[in-house]
Amino acid sequence: MFTSYEFIAFILVLFLVYYIIPKKFQWILLLAANFMFYYSAGTFYPVFILVTSFSVYITGRILGGLDKKLDVYVEDVKMGKIPKPTREEKKAYKKKINQKKKHWMLLCLFLNLGILAVLKYTNFAIDNVNVLLDAAGKNSLPYADLILPMGISFYTFQAVGYLLDVYWNKCEVQTNFFRFTLFVSFFPQLMQGPISRYGDLSKTLYSKHNFDWKQVRFGLERILWGYFKKLVIADRMSVAVVMLTEDPEYYTGAFVILEMLFYAIQLYGDFTGGIDITIGIAQVLGIHLEENFIRPFFSKNIAEYWRRWHITMGTWFRDYVFYPCSLSRPLKSITTFCKKHFGMQAARRVAVYISTILVWLATGIWHGAAWHFVVWGLANGIIILISEELAPLYQKFHERFPKLVATWGYRAFQVIRTFSLMCCIRLFDNYGSVRVTMRQYLNMVVKFDIHDITKQELLGLGLSMQDYIIVAVGVLLMFFVSLFGRQGSVREKISKKPYLIRYAIFVMLFFAVLLLGTYGVGFDAQQFIYNQF
Amino acid sequence: MKRWKKIGITVLSVFVVVLIFAGLQRLVCPKYADDVLEGNFTSEYYEEITDHDVIMVGDCEVYENIDPMYLWKNYGITSYIRGNAQQLTWQSYYMLEDTLRYETPKVVIYNIQALTHAEPQKEEYNRMTLDGMKWSKTKYQAIQTSMCKGEKTLDYVFPILRYHSRILDLSKNDITYYWNNRKVTHNGYYMRIDVLPASQSDVADTEWLLGDGKEKEEEENIDDPWGDIEDPWSDVDADTEDMATEIEEPDDNLAKDSKEGETFGKLPMQYLDKMRKLCEEKGIQLILMKAPSLAPEWYESDEEQVVAYAEKYQLPYINFYELLEETGIDYETDTYDGGLHMNLNGAEKLSEYLGKVLTEEYKVPDRRSDSKLSEVYQKKYQFYEDMKKEQQKELDKYGKIVSY
Repeated sequence: MFTSYEFIAFILVLFLVYYIIPKKFQWILLLAANFMFYYSAGTFYPVFILVTSFSVYITGRILGGLDKKLDVYVEDVKMGKIPKPTREEKKAYKKKINQKKKHWMLLCLFLNLGILAVLKYTNFAIDNVNVLLDAAGKNSLPYADLILPMGISFYTFQAVGYLLDVYWNKCEVQTNFFRFTLFVSFFPQLMQGPISRYGDLSKTLYSKHNFDWKQVRFGLERILWGYFKKLVIADRMSVAVVMLTEDPEYYTGAFVILEMLFYAIQLYGDFTGGIDITIGIAQVLGIHLEENFIRPFFSKNIAEYWRRWHITMGTWFRDYVFYPCSLSRPLKSITTFCKKHFGMQAARRVAVYISTILVWLATGIWHGAAWHFVVWGLANGIIILISEELAPLYQKFHERFPKLVATWGYRAFQVIRTFSLMCCIRLFDNYGSVRVTMRQYLNMVVKFDIHDITKQELLGLGLSMQDYIIVAVGVLLMFFVSLFGRQGSVREKISKKPYLIRYAIFVMLFFAVLLLGTYGVGFDAQQFIYNQF
Repeated sequence: MKRWKKIGITVLSVFVVVLIFAGLQRLVCPKYADDVLEGNFTSEYYEEITDHDVIMVGDCEVYENIDPMYLWKNYGITSYIRGNAQQLTWQSYYMLEDTLRYETPKVVIYNIQALTHAEPQKEEYNRMTLDGMKWSKTKYQAIQTSMCKGEKTLDYVFPILRYHSRILDLSKNDITYYWNNRKVTHNGYYMRIDVLPASQSDVADTEWLLGDGKEKEEEENIDDPWGDIEDPWSDVDADTEDMATEIEEPDDNLAKDSKEGETFGKLPMQYLDKMRKLCEEKGIQLILMKAPSLAPEWYESDEEQVVAYAEKYQLPYINFYELLEETGIDYETDTYDGGLHMNLNGAEKLSEYLGKVLTEEYKVPDRRSDSKLSEVYQKKYQFYEDMKKEQQKELDKYGKIVSY
């Protein structure tokens, strides 16, 4: 939707009206805009988001009320308004309140994750049951005709994050339903994130915003850069990726490596481009969204990669799945058991291993209702664990060869190694089939012949020589922007240049998008890849 | 002072962007100077400096079959054809409405072949017909009525959004015809002097009209009266041919011409009515015409509907199928594509008949004594004669016409 004329017109009008109306109404306008946007995406979509907003809002209020009740109780005890309870009575009261909180929290959690599970995973479950029924020679179950609201995974996670934060007393309870709904439904991030935390987003979401030309300009520049990445690079690359993916029988051997490279370019351009547009829109509105990518392809190992790629999703799983899981009672019991029987080292590892695998399993399932996503998630988890295990060996190597480790070449090797590994794992997502991916892994080695990739074959992938040149220049541009970005904001740096240079840079970028973008008639403008999640 | 300087710089910056935008837009728009010349037809009208007594609207059945230069030379009739490839009835209406913003002719001739099309057909033809129109409420309405599902008005307002990908496929002609389009018609007439006898072509079935027993060989070609026009988009988005298009064209049944016994669609009849009323309002005589094309087949049921409409509103109707003897049309010598369209010979024969009718029955005046008009038409005629010679040269050299 970001690339439709309607959307561009929508945000331009919104920007204009946002700064014309009295500032106290800005958040109300945003709320209205969210629902207009969501309604235009699907007539019934707003119903789903309202159910989530309302249930989490009410639960949040109840949890807040219970906390307050506990506070009043403690205060009353202090002030002597009620007879002084014994320590056991105090404990029992607190336990009762906490249990009530837990019940409400779990009820709301199950409701919302239940909605997500039913809408997103019912047909996946039916599919698997049908495989078993087929094997048993029984009739298959019919598939369910369900609506899958756009961005359901994103807004559900955002709402659940708030619920847990309130439950853990990490953030204030929002007492205004409409304001809370604005947080859940903030339209730029509905399509592909980032997954914001209430504590972060609420700081600027509800504030009154003056027109700040620098912020608006920076926001517009970022939007433009996002469109460049999405329309000029990612969507152009997608043509070749589709060709390579659709015919794995023909495009095998060396083409698999080509596919990995092309898909990495497409995915990076698509996802980071979309996030640039999202953050840029928010910035124009004076709202701060957390960064979702920090030069992920410069990572030196996979754990680092996941700290730089889709950051808000990673931290969400860390805070709301990994930590609670590691500290859960069953895991504590397992840890105690291991400590007793296998020693401290093993006990520590078990907790981390189980939590890590669970997190990556959840991450895989969150990405999509298919086995290849499950395998993709588990592959990530396993490689991270292997890296953890190998860490002492690396450490020894680094200590033995400190000069080598400090060289640019070694760092480049680490970056290329991580990039290649991630490209390999991404093939599951790319081919959308575990079987095909496994076969292609094998073919990549046994059928490898670099001479297969001829100019004629490259031109047969739906791209002309000019397209390849455009992609190559675009990739170089992204690379250098990332490189310069290491020493601070690139836009800040550009803003310090003389007006003519700044003007020329953005005019060129604008016309590059306009002329070289893959949009309009004749192009099946690729949906943002992350829309489906 | 500083504030004014800032405002000045901002205004200048915006102006430069607009200038570049306009310049690039013109650069990437197709110039229709190579093999698909039809895209130039609409805009050529606005170069006219004199009025016309007769305006003809319709599709290729009019712009390839009637020769305004012949009408001028032999009858002194000033006429112009506002026709385009696959110009649909509503587009003909808006083309007429657009013309009436500049002049009021005495007679309007509408070729009724397009009545068989009930829905917008193809984006390519929409663009060729509408892109050249000057902006007005009429153009806006024409776009709204013509757009296929998936087309966007904004693409017409800013054609750069539609043609941007041509930046990678620019040819020399994009520079040559940057400022002015290649002039290709003679008052809207598309000249072809070559000959492809119907008997040597598979594209048209002669049996239904001439009863000569020539068999249908390629059903698909028979159904496509525009089959001779090469894909006009071959030079636009060449790199995207394999990509899924967003434009949804009507399903095959709707896209094809009417079948025997079918009633004309609501939309074309509604616009024929509008055309009639518009002519009535302006005191213009509307004449319906059907060119004698061998394909697509003109069914008895089609004919009955046109006759009934003409009788109901007392409109003259010239059906050239019934005038083959009078006009002397010979499908072995008078067509350049096996019977779909006339060549210059055929067009002269039809124009001869039409000229007589217009002069005798509708008293369209002979303007040859008007010195200003004579001067204008002398130049036009020179261009006409030059093109004839050029086409003959190409025929002699290559055995076929390559530049027209």
